[in-house]
Amino acid sequence: MTDIESDDTVDARGAACPGPLMDLIGKIRSAESGDVIRLLSDNDQSLTDVPKWAEEAGNELLAVEEFDDHNAFYVEKA
Amino acid sequence: MTEHVVIVGGGTGGTVLANDLADRLEPELDAGDVRITLINDDPDHVYKPVWLYVPFGQRELDDGRRSLEDLVDDAVDLRIDRISEIDTESQQLESMEGSDVIEYDYLVLATGSTLEPDQIPGLTEGGHDRRRGGRARARRTDQIPGLTEGGHDYYSESGATDLREELLEFTEGDLVLSVIGTPHMCPAAPLEFVFMADDWFRERGLRDDVDITYTYPIQRVHGNPHIAEWARPIMEERDIGVETFFNAEEIDAEAETITSMEGTELDYDLLVTIPPHGGVDLIEEAGLGDDGWVDVDKHTLEAKAAENVYALGDTADTGVPNAGSVAHYQAGVVGQRLASEIRDRPATATYDGKTLCFIETGMDAASFVEFDYENPPSPASPSEKLHWSKLAYNESYWLTARGLL
Repeated sequence: MTDIESDDTVDARGAACPGPLMDLIGKIRSAESGDVIRLLSDNDQSLTDVPKWAEEAGNELLAVEEFDDHNAFYVEKA
Repeated sequence: MTEHVVIVGGGTGGTVLANDLADRLEPELDAGDVRITLINDDPDHVYKPVWLYVPFGQRELDDGRRSLEDLVDDAVDLRIDRISEIDTESQQLESMEGSDVIEYDYLVLATGSTLEPDQIPGLTEGGHDRRRGGRARARRTDQIPGLTEGGHDYYSESGATDLREELLEFTEGDLVLSVIGTPHMCPAAPLEFVFMADDWFRERGLRDDVDITYTYPIQRVHGNPHIAEWARPIMEERDIGVETFFNAEEIDAEAETITSMEGTELDYDLLVTIPPHGGVDLIEEAGLGDDGWVDVDKHTLEAKAAENVYALGDTADTGVPNAGSVAHYQAGVVGQRLASEIRDRPATATYDGKTLCFIETGMDAASFVEFDYENPPSPASPSEKLHWSKLAYNESYWLTARGLL
């Protein structure tokens, strides 16, 4: 378990690819610099998509929490 | 007692369903046991796939418009009105025009996609492309500065004709197509546009003077990995520049540049965008789902948050493409389910995610894909035959709208 606090959560569970990443991008778009967004996704593709995008966009992926049926990604807006 | 089926939205899904039910429930309609009302806020039915061809001077807007009255079975009550409120508890609707309350036994929402009007050239001024959608939406926070001034689109009637003006005069420079919003209508259309533009400029001997760049928000050129994998080499072969992980943040119409959240800046002389889409506000206000998309069971298409409510087409949040073929197949499923329910039989018809799509790869070649929830697409080799199949289908579409094909 992580003790990172998020400012906002995007629950994209059940969404088909690339829904979860696009939902995260949409939320980051309207977030303030320094905000931490938590993305919940049960799509395995997110495990590669999200880190790649975070790196590309210069945002930091603080942590990935793995649960039985989904993953939680914590991304801080640069 | 007469059971009342109300369909909101006279696009592909709503129109096909109204005609499907008129045929399927003919005995009940004749006996007065069932009543079907189709509500649309425009007297015309609009077939949007025609818009792709308008900027290239190959189709006119009128080719995509027909009167609903001509298309819809006489057994259906057609009401030109806009719904202003949905109350799923009391199963009632309120509308803008009528003072009456519309009571339903079954409600089908097929309100479709709306472009964000304040971001689209011509829309805030003219407003005539908002007719299928809700009121102007002011709540979005992800507006992109400069989009209204700098970008063109072919996702609205005014957008398509404005773009035609620009494109027909365009003989040299940087043409940038940027996919800004997903999900958007017809996921293949951005690829089709750049493939068609490439071919169109080549045929006219201008391709050496025109650079084409395609941008996409994620790391591939298309949401579906199989289609992306197929399209990417074709783009390389055709010298279409690609920028992935490109989420437009700002457009400077003065300097003619578009900058992404990821820090890439592109110069353009002509910018074509796929603007952000949303559903109508009504749906969120009724507590049926976020952003105007109804949260549904992706097999039965029943709304999760209310009884006796279905959604189809773009409105149903199933994760499949926002495409006419999807709305068409879903209408068949909802039609069967409603008929079963009205006849007190168990509803067994389900939607399996079937999607079918022709993809233009030039001015006289196209590919074709077919897929569902379980089976991924495998794009067919582009051919002239498939291109003509697409154009032929676009003409036969009016039979689909009538419930015949």
